[in-house]
Amino acid sequence: MIEVAELEAGYGRIGVLRGITLAVAPGSCLGILGHNGMGKTTLLRTIVGLLAATRGTVRLDGQDIGHLPTHRRARLGLGYVPQGRQIFPRLSVRENLAFAAAAAGGSGRARQIEAVLADFPELTRLLDRPGGALSGGEQQLLALARALCAAPRVLLLDEPTEGIQPSIVQAMIARIGELRRRRGLTVLLVEQNLEFILGLADRALLIHRGRISREIPHEALADPALVAEFVGIAA
Amino acid sequence: MDLAVAVALQVLTGIATLLIISLGLAVIFGMMRVINLAHGEFLMLGAYAAILSARAGLNIWLAMLVVAPLAVGAIGVAVERLVIRRLYGRMLDTMLATWGLSLGFIGAVTMIFGNTVAGFSAPLGSVAIGGYRSSGYGLFLIGAACVLIAGVWAVLRFTPAGLIARGTMQNPEMAAALGVSPSRVYAIAFAVGAALSGLAGALIAPFSGVVPTMGTVYIAKAFITVITGGAAMLAGTLSASGLLGTVATLGTFATTPVLGEVAMLAVAIVLLRLLPEGITGRFFRRSL
Repeated sequence: MIEVAELEAGYGRIGVLRGITLAVAPGSCLGILGHNGMGKTTLLRTIVGLLAATRGTVRLDGQDIGHLPTHRRARLGLGYVPQGRQIFPRLSVRENLAFAAAAAGGSGRARQIEAVLADFPELTRLLDRPGGALSGGEQQLLALARALCAAPRVLLLDEPTEGIQPSIVQAMIARIGELRRRRGLTVLLVEQNLEFILGLADRALLIHRGRISREIPHEALADPALVAEFVGIAA
Repeated sequence: MDLAVAVALQVLTGIATLLIISLGLAVIFGMMRVINLAHGEFLMLGAYAAILSARAGLNIWLAMLVVAPLAVGAIGVAVERLVIRRLYGRMLDTMLATWGLSLGFIGAVTMIFGNTVAGFSAPLGSVAIGGYRSSGYGLFLIGAACVLIAGVWAVLRFTPAGLIARGTMQNPEMAAALGVSPSRVYAIAFAVGAALSGLAGALIAPFSGVVPTMGTVYIAKAFITVITGGAAMLAGTLSASGLLGTVATLGTFATTPVLGEVAMLAVAIVLLRLLPEGITGRFFRRSL
């Protein structure tokens, strides 16, 4: 379970998050919707620890992790798939996965990679290719697989549909949904793609100028009025 | 024929010397983008560590190959903890701080040992090549350079620690998000770079003589080699050492040692004008 309370963060004197409070129950998926520049990515970067919070708390399964450096949070089970994927471009696909398994420590690294490759069979034919030479969709799969190599309990996904062909969005929804069920993952999903949020999230929060402006239950995500409001077109 | 072999060995020795004095700097710059202006003094400290432990009765090979890298590696750990760690991402501040350190090291060593040249003779004799003689220690330097570059390459290429180092070098934020502490990786990289510099100082000591200011002679050559090599730290250092070492040695044979070094600098300037990102900015891009 991940809980965030009164979280504030920003860049220099520019405040971006202005008191975010949310909780994601174990095994559930919470979507965060919002336009560009509203603080979605900043929220995830602050939870992961890449950006220092100026106020508020972050708890992982009840443990306060807000004061820990990023790598310690990762080792406690916080997985992160960032916007733009951030694949290591000069490492091969195999090395990208091995990096995550080695970084997570512990034994059974090879088994961990094999288990992840069983979930992502498309990557097996690309194992020796440099990460930077993959297509956007392949990189997204690799970013997901890499995060799972560390066996996280909570997975933070930042705009996984960015740069992905619309035709494979449904396949991505099915893939992540299946992984979530099978691995019992708790997922915090930041997206602008309503179809993706609808397909994965149990509920969603709308973020506006660094604040949670509204909670949207799952059934309301398909509401045409919400869609129209979100994409900025009058219903 | 004998002359050709003797000249070839001299060229290889020149290349090996450049490679050895540049490798520590290349590791630190390649891994951390830290321009260590105290690199020359790390060489000097390695030379003093070797000479002092040899004078204390330790076997000369142990003094050069074990004591020097360990001593300077330990100094590297202290420098990283006390100075460099506070300045990551601030290139100019790091340059100023390491320049200050270099002056401090020169001053401290001068106060302790005086500004006199110490030294020890090359531990190997000479090798006959037909009518010519070549330094046995030069051959050892060629072998040492091969072992060093192959060793660093193998560690980076085949070990989990090397994989962590390569990934962190490419994207430290993502490495942290996957569970790696970039500051720990940098600390180890700095210590390894310092140890390689200490080893280099000990290895060149029989040729160069040991004096507190000896680092200033080598730091420019090491920087030119690393910058000419470009982003790929091993392929860049190897290719730049090969090119510049060949030019300097052949230039020395054809004219004088001074003109040989001038020729090396001229080639480096022209190369950087043509290839601003260094040799590996155009060639061997995917190499380590």
